[in-house]
Amino acid sequence: MPQYCVLGDMMAKQILLIEDEVNIAEAIRFILARDGWQIDVLTDGAAAEAAIARMRPDMLILDLMLPGKTGLQILTDLRANPDFATLPVLMLTAKGQGRDRDAAERAGVSAFMTKPFDNNEIRAIVRGFLGG
Amino acid sequence: MPAETVSSLTGGRLRARRVALGLKQGDVAARAGVSPSYLNLIEYNRRRVPADVLARLAQVLDQPVGSFAEAQHGALIDDLRALAIGWPGEGLLRVEEFASRFPDWAQLVMDMGQRIKSLEAAIEAVNDRMSHDPHLSANLHEVLSAVASVRSTAAILAGPDDIDAEWQVRFLRNLDQDSARLAQGADALVRYLDSGGQIEAQGTASPQEEVEAWAEAADWHLADLPISPRLSSSARQLALSLQAEVRADIVAIPDSAFGAAMAEFGPDPLALAARFSTPPITAFRRIAFGAGAGLVMCDASGTLTLRKRIDGFSLPRFGAACPLWPLFSALVQPMVPIQQIVETPNLDRFLIRAFCQPHYPDGFAGPELRQAVMLILPPTSGSARAIGSTCRVCLRANCPARREPAILS
Repeated sequence: MPQYCVLGDMMAKQILLIEDEVNIAEAIRFILARDGWQIDVLTDGAAAEAAIARMRPDMLILDLMLPGKTGLQILTDLRANPDFATLPVLMLTAKGQGRDRDAAERAGVSAFMTKPFDNNEIRAIVRGFLGG
Repeated sequence: MPAETVSSLTGGRLRARRVALGLKQGDVAARAGVSPSYLNLIEYNRRRVPADVLARLAQVLDQPVGSFAEAQHGALIDDLRALAIGWPGEGLLRVEEFASRFPDWAQLVMDMGQRIKSLEAAIEAVNDRMSHDPHLSANLHEVLSAVASVRSTAAILAGPDDIDAEWQVRFLRNLDQDSARLAQGADALVRYLDSGGQIEAQGTASPQEEVEAWAEAADWHLADLPISPRLSSSARQLALSLQAEVRADIVAIPDSAFGAAMAEFGPDPLALAARFSTPPITAFRRIAFGAGAGLVMCDASGTLTLRKRIDGFSLPRFGAACPLWPLFSALVQPMVPIQQIVETPNLDRFLIRAFCQPHYPDGFAGPELRQAVMLILPPTSGSARAIGSTCRVCLRANCPARREPAILS
């Protein structure tokens, strides 16, 4: 089984990626894990709330369109919880339409990125939020 | 006639009439009581003509005032004015002179302006369609998702860093999958746009997914449900086939008797099948569609042929399902009822009842076909078998049935 190349635990900050497109999730996970971040992946929006509460990640990368519960709903619920009011949330979407971005910004998104994205762009955004 | 209503085109027409009559500018000016230089300015549209002067000139030139005041290119000028609204520039105020001196160019400008407006309207319509047409939106989403995956994965492979050979293989496989998906999505998109958006349900969803979405929207009450015109032709055939089965199921187990039997036996498909002398699969479908249970069916290859979801039990959209599902236990043991409590990675528990029915459509000489079915009933308690959805997204690290590594941790 292939192993991710994790650069030790020097950063060890945890990112939860909620993305139902498995191949995209795999690519994102690979590039961020290679930078040394600890990445957990969830593909079902309905399980997001429990997973976030359990894992208490340092950052959330959230797809907009998810089965079970949309990224927007997850973000809205998250911001209503004082524990996660300031959790950095990067929203990904293949629908880069203005109204999606507006809705995400109103719901309290920290950063917004449209697919297709540049790997270095997502790495830079993560570094911007988590340091390193 | 108020002076301000007199068109500057009047000058050109006054000049044309004078020349046609063979009159000199000075003579006409004198008879009209104006200076020759003033008439010259009027004739070249450098001055607007006061109404009283126009009246005298018209009398000298033996023409009614209206023939000079009426703009020959009135409609064009009006259109050009409308086109110029919002554009800066003093020169645009001389629209009448432009239309008078260069009518063909003016018409070309007008045509191009109308073309631009038409294209702007088309763009707005496409934008609106993108915003509100679920099929186009779904197609675009599918294409963009595939592109995103291809781009990100290709960048990893093309990057300067060494990548483990197994990961290379894995990413190459992902590229292969996504490129096929991209080709399919692009084809669906092109067909959709070629048809002006009239081809419906030509998305990248499979016919099976289309049918499941159609049924899901009606909460699986399919007996009298109109076949959606949005379904593709393949999906329509599947929908008609499923609807025919559902109708036959209801004939075999009528609504009134179904309720009573459910009260007596609970969701036990074999008991129902025995009571109504129906094939077990009829009773499985009847319970799933009539009593809110989940249902999964597969053929002998293990390919899922029908998925009716139930909250908490994740069903894979693509690829093979968890081999630990009782569905597959039933598949290899035809005619043997399988009952099992299962626990999902999210710790939800379900009672599963599964069964496999062999068929011999061509008799002894033909192949055996199998149809396995799994009823997913609401959560229950008891000793449970750990199952998942599909390996790639399954959280169970040490599963003995794992086919491939999970991307989840």
